[in-house]
Amino acid sequence: MGRHYTEGEPIRDTKAPAGPIEERWEKRKFGAKLVNPANKRKMHVIVVGTGLAGGSAAATLGELGYNVTSFCYQDSPRRAHSIAAQGGINAAKNYRGDGDSIYRLFYDTVKGGDFRARESNVYRLAQVSVNIIDQAVAQGVPFAREYGGLLDTRSFGGAQVSRTFYARGQTGQQLLLGAYQALERQIAAGTVKMNTRHEMLDLIVSDGRARGVIVRDMVTGEIERHLADAVVLATGGYGNVFFLSTNAKGCNTTAIWRAHRRGAMFANPCYTQIHPTCIPVSGDYQSKLTLMSESLRNDGRVWVPVKAGDTRPAAEIPEQERDYYLERIYPAFGNLVPRDIASRAAKNVCDEGRGVGPGGLGVYLDFADAISRLGRDAVEKKYGNLFEMYERITGEDPYSQPMRIYPAVHYTMGGLWVDYDLQSTIPGLFVVGEANFSDHGANRLGASALMQGLADGYFVLPTTIGDYLANGPYGEVDDEAVAEAEAAVQSKIERLLSVNGTRTADSYHRELGKLMWDYCGMERTEESLRKALERIPELREEFWRNVKVSGTADELNQALERAGRVADFFDLAELMCIDALHRTESCGGHFRAESQDADGEALRDDENFAYVAAWEYGEQGPVLHKEALEYEYVTMSQRSYK
Amino acid sequence: MNLTLKVWRQRGPQDKGRMVTYRVEDVSPDMSFLEMLDVLNERLILEGDDPIAFDHDCREGICGMCGMVINGYAHGEQVATTTCQLHMRHFEDEAVITVEPWRAAPFPVVKDLVVDRSSFDRIIQAGGFISVPAGSAPDAHSVPVKKADADAAFDAATCIGCGACVAACPNGSASLFTAAKITHLSLLPQGQPERDSRARAMVEQMDAEGFGGCTNTGECTASCPKGIPLDTIAQMNRDYLRASK
Ligand SMILES: Cc1cc2nc3c(=O)[nH]c(=O)nc-3n(C[C@H](O)[C@H](O)[C@H](O)COP(=O)(O)OP(=O)(O)OC[C@H]3O[C@@H](n4cnc5c(N)ncnc54)[C@H](O)[C@@H]3O)c2cc1C
Ligand code: SF4
Ligand code: FES
Repeated sequence: MGRHYTEGEPIRDTKAPAGPIEERWEKRKFGAKLVNPANKRKMHVIVVGTGLAGGSAAATLGELGYNVTSFCYQDSPRRAHSIAAQGGINAAKNYRGDGDSIYRLFYDTVKGGDFRARESNVYRLAQVSVNIIDQAVAQGVPFAREYGGLLDTRSFGGAQVSRTFYARGQTGQQLLLGAYQALERQIAAGTVKMNTRHEMLDLIVSDGRARGVIVRDMVTGEIERHLADAVVLATGGYGNVFFLSTNAKGCNTTAIWRAHRRGAMFANPCYTQIHPTCIPVSGDYQSKLTLMSESLRNDGRVWVPVKAGDTRPAAEIPEQERDYYLERIYPAFGNLVPRDIASRAAKNVCDEGRGVGPGGLGVYLDFADAISRLGRDAVEKKYGNLFEMYERITGEDPYSQPMRIYPAVHYTMGGLWVDYDLQSTIPGLFVVGEANFSDHGANRLGASALMQGLADGYFVLPTTIGDYLANGPYGEVDDEAVAEAEAAVQSKIERLLSVNGTRTADSYHRELGKLMWDYCGMERTEESLRKALERIPELREEFWRNVKVSGTADELNQALERAGRVADFFDLAELMCIDALHRTESCGGHFRAESQDADGEALRDDENFAYVAAWEYGEQGPVLHKEALEYEYVTMSQRSYK
Repeated sequence: MNLTLKVWRQRGPQDKGRMVTYRVEDVSPDMSFLEMLDVLNERLILEGDDPIAFDHDCREGICGMCGMVINGYAHGEQVATTTCQLHMRHFEDEAVITVEPWRAAPFPVVKDLVVDRSSFDRIIQAGGFISVPAGSAPDAHSVPVKKADADAAFDAATCIGCGACVAACPNGSASLFTAAKITHLSLLPQGQPERDSRARAMVEQMDAEGFGGCTNTGECTASCPKGIPLDTIAQMNRDYLRASK
């Protein structure tokens, strides 16, 4: 079997200004054309998504005076998946005087991303990070504080300074509510028109430019067309391609996948992050996985029995028959190794038959030592809410027996390709937040997604989109383009409803997810990926022949909603495997078993793979465009945590 | 375990609606309540029936999207637990479980267990914010906030906007929800400039939406998955009075 793709022209210009890295964003801002305030009202921007990225973008564009229309699939913008983020948000405030700086945050992020992110973008992110905290505090976000009244911070994986701001275990919630409230203020002011329970199903491209969206009113089933001068996608990540993930149930790829089909390139789709500390699967009915904060690894010790197939309860396994494998293999970092390393180590011990709990897919996270060292009260103060959540879900008491944890899909670094202005390869289509690929390279550091979403939405996009709009107007929208997009949406819905087969969309989604997890999950090989690429088209074909969607198109129909999303996941899954197969190196979250060093650690191949893989949609298979990555400031090195 | 469910089915706002009985077998005690409904829905779809529509998203108890009245309790009888975090191990084998949507005039039923809570968004629109355009904020450390105030503001700010308080209240009052936001913002120095106008506008919007008045029954707090305390309502009343002077 040969290659699944062809190669096109490389991408040469990402539009980042030249010159010293600290001056590039200033330069871009100054170079950006401004829209005459009197004209802003006449300029219409569509923002799809109301998470940290979309909520902050829509609110800010409204404040600036643009005419904004916003969409989300939930019943309120406040429910976007960003609400679930627990740990915190990074910012280079250096309030602790512990040696942090914009440069250090930049450096940590480039290194943490395993040298697969753009320096210019990451530097800007670090610069803007300080403004985010100011903005959030002014909005009333109740961050944790110290007795002196100043903001508290904590340290997070992959950093040696304390730069993570947090609001107990609910940082995402509080930041999102801040953005949501700013958005509601603009809705009241009439600058933003909000459409909840509306799902974007296609992008309208007229004369080569993004000019609107086709959405379905999820209550009435009506298919609506909305036109604009520019479109912003802020629709989040696609981790749910695996069916089981820590994402919310509705997270999907439909919006970005439809844009991809219309010409937006998709970058690094195979970069997925697997989080090491999640509650293991308990049965076939499992609908999602729950993350247990990474902070637990500060005091919990990870272990499995030394012997394979040891089914004794944890308490009956004596000390010398336990393998604290992270401490053993990584004496320097121990239980605190980065996410990708901890995840893979857990998989390895389970593959050896030493996993614990149902199906042998779990490892222990044990607090017995911490409890005897610090006392139960201290442990409860620190982790009480997490222990409670664990007990609620598993019915087990983590104070008296170790937690069982297992890795789960958590975040997708890949997404639509954007330039320095956050503009995709379709002019007028901007992409922000997890939906784009921009800043995290092959691995995202903890507490950096919230930072990126808000940097994009509050500070970067509002400037760069202004430049695009100031260069308009872009003329009338072609009626035929609108009608064609609308017809495509209608026909997909009719097709899904007419199959009338014997399996539900969810059952196909589960099977696809399992396949992706087994063949394109924590560890990938040429063999596994080729198998996946054989199996996905077969399964997709069966889906379109045999799926069963009950109900009608013109009512609230959750079976139909799901089927539409699953259909797009099939196509995305295929591209992910093609990307993973073509990248024969290991880097960050992408581990190719063929590319490891003598100790089993990920081995990069900078000579051949120091590029962003941007995929163009093609009827005859995807076309690869390479954007070379150059490192002027940070020297590329192999990561080591031993 | 095997269960009998009596579920409210209503095709749309115009439909009168009725309870329909379903038998669900082989339920695992480790399932969440929503996973149990997923299993039933899969079956309904294959039988060509309409699955039971219900709202949900995060399934971690934080987005506030889920919510149903289970055996007469908003989010079920388990304290401080959203519907999505309720697990089947809390039910007996052969139990009969009734499942209904939130019932309150300002929360019209959309379909089955799905209701329209946009009235909550409009209460926030009325004033549940601090007016600070992006880019205009001073350095975060320019205004220290006492730890106790920050913590108390946080406690009030944990409201997930689920609406259980309204569903549980005999008067259908939205006082706990509204008070949680007013309290959050009025405990912080940043919230002071708009404190009076905020309290006035939010309370008036709450009334305009048709929510009932508060008679201190405390059912709201008892059913609130985040344990928002009743004294936030006292804070709201004080702020409202202060603003009306
Ligand atoms: C459990 C968990 C914990 C996390 N903890 C942290 C943390 O501590 N720190 C950190 O930095 N990051 C964390 N992350 C990652 C971070 O939360 C996300 O990456 C980030 O919030 C994504 O924000 P977003 O605005 O891009 O998208 P989202 O918040 O996912 O918002 C997507 C929006 O798009 C809308 N949408 C999607 N598809 C459509 C469509 N087709 N039509 C219309 N609307 C659509 C949705 O309605 C929603 O409004 C965590 C993630 C998870 C899962
Ligand atoms: S106050 Fe409690 S019950 Fe009411 S909406 Fe908020 S979280 Fe839900
Ligand atoms: S589904 Fe999010 S709180 Fe229940």
